Amino acid sequence: MAGTALRRRLTWQVGTVGKVITETATAKTIELDVPDWAGHRAGQHLDVRLTAEDGYSAERSYSIASAPGEPVAITVQRLEDGEVSPYLTDELRPGDELELRGPVGGYFVWDGEPEPMLLLAGGSGVVPLRSMLRHRSQTRSATPARLLYSAKSLPDVIYRAELDGYGDAGAEVSYTLTKRQPPGWTGHVGRVDQALLDQLAWPAERRPIAFVCGPTSFVEAVAQGLVMLGYPPSRVKTERFGGK
Amino acid sequence: MPVLDGNVLGGLLHEVFGTEMTTAVGTCASCGSSREVAEFVVYLGGPGVVARCRDCTALLMVITKRRTMNCVDLTGLSALS
Amino acid sequence: MSPVTRGFHGKRREAEGGRVPPGQYVTEDFPVLSAGPTPHTKEEDWTFSVRRGGKEQKSWTWTELQKLPVEQVTADIHCVTRWSKLDTRWQAVSIETLLEQVRTDAKYVLAFCDGGYTTNLPVADVTGGQAWLAFGYDGKPLAPEHGGPVRLLVPHLYFWKSAKWVRGLDLLDSDEPGFWETYGYHMYGDPWQEQRYAGD
Repeated sequence: MAGTALRRRLTWQVGTVGKVITETATAKTIELDVPDWAGHRAGQHLDVRLTAEDGYSAERSYSIASAPGEPVAITVQRLEDGEVSPYLTDELRPGDELELRGPVGGYFVWDGEPEPMLLLAGGSGVVPLRSMLRHRSQTRSATPARLLYSAKSLPDVIYRAELDGYGDAGAEVSYTLTKRQPPGWTGHVGRVDQALLDQLAWPAERRPIAFVCGPTSFVEAVAQGLVMLGYPPSRVKTERFGGK
Repeated sequence: MPVLDGNVLGGLLHEVFGTEMTTAVGTCASCGSSREVAEFVVYLGGPGVVARCRDCTALLMVITKRRTMNCVDLTGLSALS
Repeated sequence: MSPVTRGFHGKRREAEGGRVPPGQYVTEDFPVLSAGPTPHTKEEDWTFSVRRGGKEQKSWTWTELQKLPVEQVTADIHCVTRWSKLDTRWQAVSIETLLEQVRTDAKYVLAFCDGGYTTNLPVADVTGGQAWLAFGYDGKPLAPEHGGPVRLLVPHLYFWKSAKWVRGLDLLDSDEPGFWETYGYHMYGDPWQEQRYAGD
């Protein structure tokens, strides 16, 4: 009965940490082995709950980094004064158990629709968008795709080699580096602004769908910018992470 | 300052309602605007979580957690489908 | 009961014995938690009113507030979400200084704020040197995200009672639930008795 996974009622369950992959100096991808995992859609997330011995607990949400059909994995960006992320990136080891709930989400998902997709990532907001691009690549989808990824510097870019490789599959990936650029950098510099959106966004007439993910201030500025380019608000999907 | 959107409530609402809720359309009882739950403005308010109307800031949902029980108050919505 | 996560402690540090109420952990941070957008009321537009039965009994402008005796208050604060912050320093005016200018036999107050937040307290708990209107934190003007220009400061109760963006007190004969109290939080909120929820 390949493909018929047992449907579980969505509630907390325990997964086991498999591989832990270092993506950047501050980001790690954590693969999870979850019993009866029913699969996930590109763009969905997991809720993770950590419980200390005295019962104190903390919950956070992390986007799923892997494509539908692949084992579930999350990518965690370590926040300097975070409570949960430093535990996940510094302490968690293969074999550990992690309490999670998911997959979650039905709004910020891409299921292979043919209309051009415009992906806008602010920092770790790239995680669900990478799941979408991975899905696109694995299904050999013909959907035109563009990713604009805003990061502080090149070493902060997660999945760089993989993202650069999507050029061969017809997905255009560009970066804008806001704090530091390497010598000889010919890519974009500075925050995403109206001019950059105007240059890179699919024309509204092609009925594109945009996915914008990152810190709240990034998402609001970009979403507003797209609406100003004529994107109907219903075609601009947003997912806000905590942060400035 | 943790100002997020309704996506972050997805897990809890799915657990409480038994179905995916971020695409459910909520109508604000104050101004009448209709939006998907994913687009609500969410404040992680300490004692509880508050979801407000993106168009008029009126209170739509308040979620509190007492020990192991979640309590979802929806009186700010005149409809949720 | 959730399974324990190996090696997870959170950010807490062990507190000096006796200073921290049950179930609390000490933090160096000052988390910003709110139930709505941050109001930005200018000092020149700010007033504080004491009302009874909907009628204003007395009010003070920012300038008038500044003319009252200002205290340097050092207090430990305890949030119902389990963090406690020790030795926080505020510049504030005692609420007693304002209430003694109003003749009242009211037993309770409902504090009301910009943005619509409310919280209820016994009059006995906002007098006797237990409560202040705070407008300075750590020697600087109180930032809007922490409740500026003026917030309530009632450190002996859980910090949701220290209402941000406070604009006045309604004097009441009986105790009426404010915002979080309406949603099941304790009417009084004594951290030393762990009165987090109604019925605790």
